[in-house]
Amino acid sequence: MSEIPTAGSMSRRRFVQSGGALLFAAQCPISLSRKVHAGGNGAMMNSFVRIDPNNVITMLANNSEFGNGAYTVMSMMLAEELDVDYRSIALEAAPTTLEYYSPLFREYLTAGSVTTGSTFIPMRTAGAKARAMLLEAASRDWQLPPDELATENGTVTHAASGRSSTYGELLEVIHRFDIQPPETVALKDPSQFKILGKPARRYEGVGKVDGTAQFGIDIKLPGMLYGAIARPPVYGGSVIDFDATEALAMPGVVKAKAIRAGVVVLADSYWRAQKARAKLKINWDRGVNDGVSSEQFYADYRALADTPGMLAEDIGDALGALDAAEAKDRVVEATYEMPLLAHATLEPMNCIAHVEGDTCTIWSGTQYQSNDQEVISRFLGIPQQNVTIHRPLMGGSFGRRSSKKADYTVEAVEAAMGESVPVQIIWSREEDIRSGHYRPLFVHKLRGSVDEAGMPEAWHQVAVGQSLMQGTKHDPAYMVRGMDIYSLDGCLQEPFGVFPYGTSYQIPNHRVESHNAPKKGIVPQEWRSVAHTHTGIAYECFLDELAEKGGIDPLELRLRLTKDHARMNRVLNVLKEKSDWGKPLAPGRGRGVASRIYNISPVAQVVEVTVAENGDFSVDRVVCVLDCGFAVNPLGVEGQVEGGLAYGLGGVAFGNIDIVNGEVQQSNFHDYPVMRLPQMPKVEVYILPSDEPPTGIGEQATTPIAPAVANALFNATGRRVRRFPLSSQGFNLV
Amino acid sequence: MRLTVNGSEVEVSSEADTPLLWVLRDELKLVGTKYGCGIAQCGACTVHLDGRAIRSCVTPVSAVADKQIQTIEGQATEAGLSPVQLAWLETDVAQCGYCQSGQIMAATALLASNPNPSDAEIDAAMAGNVCRCGTYPRIRKAVHLAASLMSEEHSA
Repeated sequence: MSEIPTAGSMSRRRFVQSGGALLFAAQCPISLSRKVHAGGNGAMMNSFVRIDPNNVITMLANNSEFGNGAYTVMSMMLAEELDVDYRSIALEAAPTTLEYYSPLFREYLTAGSVTTGSTFIPMRTAGAKARAMLLEAASRDWQLPPDELATENGTVTHAASGRSSTYGELLEVIHRFDIQPPETVALKDPSQFKILGKPARRYEGVGKVDGTAQFGIDIKLPGMLYGAIARPPVYGGSVIDFDATEALAMPGVVKAKAIRAGVVVLADSYWRAQKARAKLKINWDRGVNDGVSSEQFYADYRALADTPGMLAEDIGDALGALDAAEAKDRVVEATYEMPLLAHATLEPMNCIAHVEGDTCTIWSGTQYQSNDQEVISRFLGIPQQNVTIHRPLMGGSFGRRSSKKADYTVEAVEAAMGESVPVQIIWSREEDIRSGHYRPLFVHKLRGSVDEAGMPEAWHQVAVGQSLMQGTKHDPAYMVRGMDIYSLDGCLQEPFGVFPYGTSYQIPNHRVESHNAPKKGIVPQEWRSVAHTHTGIAYECFLDELAEKGGIDPLELRLRLTKDHARMNRVLNVLKEKSDWGKPLAPGRGRGVASRIYNISPVAQVVEVTVAENGDFSVDRVVCVLDCGFAVNPLGVEGQVEGGLAYGLGGVAFGNIDIVNGEVQQSNFHDYPVMRLPQMPKVEVYILPSDEPPTGIGEQATTPIAPAVANALFNATGRRVRRFPLSSQGFNLV
Repeated sequence: MRLTVNGSEVEVSSEADTPLLWVLRDELKLVGTKYGCGIAQCGACTVHLDGRAIRSCVTPVSAVADKQIQTIEGQATEAGLSPVQLAWLETDVAQCGYCQSGQIMAATALLASNPNPSDAEIDAAMAGNVCRCGTYPRIRKAVHLAASLMSEEHSA
């Protein structure tokens, strides 16, 4: 394979080669749109910026857009240093090459709420370096000292002489003097920011109100066939044989064939493919998951939780302290149980694949381009660089489109094999709900004690669930002594492994054990805020139980536990004030609090609920205080907070995938309910001012909402929920 | 079969039982109208039939032959985006954006029959439109803003 420069070492050699090689349209990335190819004669200033002679500035974005605001923050960063309007920047998906891999993940992956943090320096540097070259060009062409020149709105100007040139016009000068990118460049001081830190509307907002935004499902290619897949009734089952006589007789139907995922029907429209699918007669082998059930998972996990697990953390002497506290009646025990959850993105999974000889092209909404490329390359036995990925917008993801198995991608490739035209596979909602990729079911067993003053003294937690990382390519980084530390995020007090943060609480005796549940029945999949979706509930609800045992106000308890964690302590102090904590509520109403750290950003919420006699409840108000470092786009942060907590609220209120005899019982939004407008609380968001580097916010607000609601229900009714969702325990969100 | 979509007459050849959604998307290539559930549970496929919001995923094309169909693509006019679209932009509602065509069509139909809805009326009218990104607080705000834009337009 030819030498592919890595992100750190690329640029210089590439730009210095062959005098004037700055203009290298020939090296245009492979996944550019046709429109851009046609435009073709721009200059790559560096990996992320191309400038065209007509002064169109194009950003090559290596983070994907699925509602997260990646395109907005990245264009803002580039625009800030380049002194242009972020909305004037054209955007292309950067190709899936090493050069564009995330420096953090070393993969082409948008995940973990790290886009803003991990691009903050690289995108600004790209803009500043391009600007430096333009300034140098004007300075040499006009024979004026660079410090007399200024940039604004895509133009270099000289105030004294009135001279000005657009960036596009200066390309010829850059070429003439063979101006190279500087080795280093100074970035703007935050006090000079005109764009960053100010509320900015979504970069791709217009297309999302006039219907022109193109999602994967919207792409139409010449001659393309639509595929609908009949899948086995049990996840992991397979086709024994099938009869497609009736299906093939239906209008527009081209073919039916068995693939690993099931039987795919190809037709000239999706509706026709779907209709014909219903006519297939298939003998299924129900496979290894036949007979599994959620109830059995719970029973098995509870039994495992009673046995010693792998030791993840052991601070002080939790077991000894608990034994001593037992005699003084200062111990609380509880087991928390969290179900399987589907992601239910509104745009169902879909992918177009075109296999031609030893090349493959896909059009796929995906968070995880490099992985898709690897999986397809392995599957087809072709070199990785022969797999081209086009990257449309995604209609939500929440982790589902980061599948390490690349399930919906590789099955489209399989369906397209042997076809002369591209094939688009679209999942029905039923397939989506029954896809087998879920937030894994978890059981957390907790035992804790309080000291004489009522403060938590000992904590012993045993977590049982299916590992997200075991046996995957991430095994080396995330499996430590057999434990999946990814699944323990949010219940360890100290930083561990790749996680540079703990809970923010200080409990003197703190022991956490872990069991990896046997892999059966499902494919565990990251779900917005990942481990916090279960560790958050277990930890924050049990902390509430200890607060009750010790007779300490739950918010006061958290303030005391975080006295050595300045950032969380500040968040909690502001929350106490903004939420009117302590102000009496009418009967039937209650307040709950939870505070979490996910990927460095501390976030805490107070929730107010009103509960009726029959268990119907409303969430009336959520106050959310957060510290995400420097907030690059406060308007975007606010939207992510509202949306993040809505996602978590729906999950805790009624999210539940139930498997009986291997079959998923839910199928669509009527039996897998999701949040709707009337259920949405009033949300108040307080972003604390900070000069710290930006950290994530896409998943953070999801982390406290579930336990805060459960704690508020306890506050209102005196009833603890320890099995979720809330609807399974008689609490119905209305 | 002839349909009137966004003011233009078009000839379509899909089978009579084909849901309007798939005729719009696959035959007429009007892909702004989205598929979300196929059973009228999510509202992503909302279009207007003679000005009324309907779920195109459960409406057979044969049922709409003589009626006026409006989709998201027909909302903007030569004068620009509609007041509802402008309010959506101004409020920065969209996140992933996939549901927003349906939301905008539902809001437009609501405001046509109720020019100044209360929060409760908005909640009731829009409860059938799912947004998985949770843009609901901004949807509420944007409907109110659209109402005021339309009343200004009306009085101007």
